Amino acid sequence: MREVAVIGAGCTTFGEKWDTSFRNLFVEAGALALEDAGVSGEQIDAMYVGNMSAGRFIEQEHIGALIADYAGLASHHVPATRVEAACASGGLSFRQAVIAVASGLEDIVVAAGVEKMTDVGTGASVDALAGAADREWEGFAGATFPGLYAMIAQDYMHRYPLTREQLGLVAVKNHYNGARNPIAQFQQEISLDTVLKSSLVADPLRLFDCSPITDGAAAVVVAPLERAREFTDAPVRVLASAQASDTITLHDRRDISTLDATVAAGRRAFRMAGLSTSDIDMVEVHDCFTIAEICAIEDLGFCRKGEAGRFTEEGITALNGDLPVNTSGGLKACGHPVGATGIKQVYEITKQLRGEAGRRQISGAEIGMTHNVGGTGATVAVHILGV
Amino acid sequence: MSVARFWRKIPQRYNLIGTRCTSCGRYFFPPRSFCPDCRRAGKIVDHKFAGNGKIITFTVIRTASEQFEQLTPYVFAIIELDEGPRTSGQIVCAPEEARIGMRVKPVFRRIGADGESGVIYYGTKYAPAE
Ligand SMILES: [Zn+2]
Repeated sequence: MREVAVIGAGCTTFGEKWDTSFRNLFVEAGALALEDAGVSGEQIDAMYVGNMSAGRFIEQEHIGALIADYAGLASHHVPATRVEAACASGGLSFRQAVIAVASGLEDIVVAAGVEKMTDVGTGASVDALAGAADREWEGFAGATFPGLYAMIAQDYMHRYPLTREQLGLVAVKNHYNGARNPIAQFQQEISLDTVLKSSLVADPLRLFDCSPITDGAAAVVVAPLERAREFTDAPVRVLASAQASDTITLHDRRDISTLDATVAAGRRAFRMAGLSTSDIDMVEVHDCFTIAEICAIEDLGFCRKGEAGRFTEEGITALNGDLPVNTSGGLKACGHPVGATGIKQVYEITKQLRGEAGRRQISGAEIGMTHNVGGTGATVAVHILGV
Repeated sequence: MSVARFWRKIPQRYNLIGTRCTSCGRYFFPPRSFCPDCRRAGKIVDHKFAGNGKIITFTVIRTASEQFEQLTPYVFAIIELDEGPRTSGQIVCAPEEARIGMRVKPVFRRIGADGESGVIYYGTKYAPAE
């Protein structure tokens, strides 16, 4: 198996981009990534694109061919493949690109992620997102996606010491980071009071516990490590790529508030990289809801079950803490264009490791981790990157 | 939801017909046709569940998709049936009444509708049994 490196990364700004179409989003992200890598279109051997639900959001399937075409590569007949795992589509797209290069089958591969969510109304997008859970036995019974995570929060708070204030501090911290990220959907800091006084969506989760509806795209270029220096002076090595699955329904899980797929993918990643939690300088975790960040920190092994609330309150996960979590602002403040999120996480860690993260730069960053969840934890992708 | 898709699941939704693996004795609701423990060695038969159980966790849903909007706020929970398996469903009670560990029993109710002139479909909800 060959070692793999990220040689370029690009990302659109995230937000409600009324004036930008699905195809313009990924063309913009792809062009930024190729320019950053110094790679020309005809050098691309293959493309992967993470996308959850273009069928529901813009009534378009066959996304692989569409992106190759609008990237101007139709006449090159570049193999282009859509990857879908709900909100983990981006993480799996990156993993497929890494596997393709590691195997020796391809050399220069683009991993992209894109979601255009605002062309349908809120009700329709909420319903499309509910397809990330079990439509038959959760959705048809009346479950919403926030409702499922709310049940995780309720179970967690019943069993472990987590206060409503500590949960809110996750959102406050991620908005602080988002305010320092030029691509973030929300670039203003918020107070704890703002979170606690926002409207209830599904008890105990309030509006400011939830990630927003977002349009956006991100892309990275990967290559064999031995060829990376042809393109860049600052290749970012892929030290581990891991993936795990679990039951599609929340009710069938061994434990409601432990994401066993996160535990499994995290362990596999650490084993593959030969590293432990103390080696990680910062981590992008999947905070689709504040409770999801609490669970992720614990399930990846950064602290014991029940400790993440205190961990957050003490500032350990803050930009200047011992383990900065979601320096990009996370899904909460940077935004969550579902299929693009997993790639945006890799983009953020790449920027950090190259020392290009501006006002949110972690000094001396050498090793970073990404954690991308599909549904309520039925798919998890974890990657470790380093310089 | 298409008529065929709803009609196909009427035994399960109306009468709580799940399955049981006779090889290991494990119960499945929602039903499975393949036992994760015994795999191909498992023999699966239908089983009618009583529908009695307790709340494992719950929430009060205040923002729902169009299909369920008229019901908000409603209590939604994970229920552990007495036979062992867990399932998800609405609890017919006031939001402040629900609590973890509460005993529930099944009730037959209208679950939702596809738009104003669409199919109205029924199924099992759960009500406090204490
Ligand atoms: Zn069995």
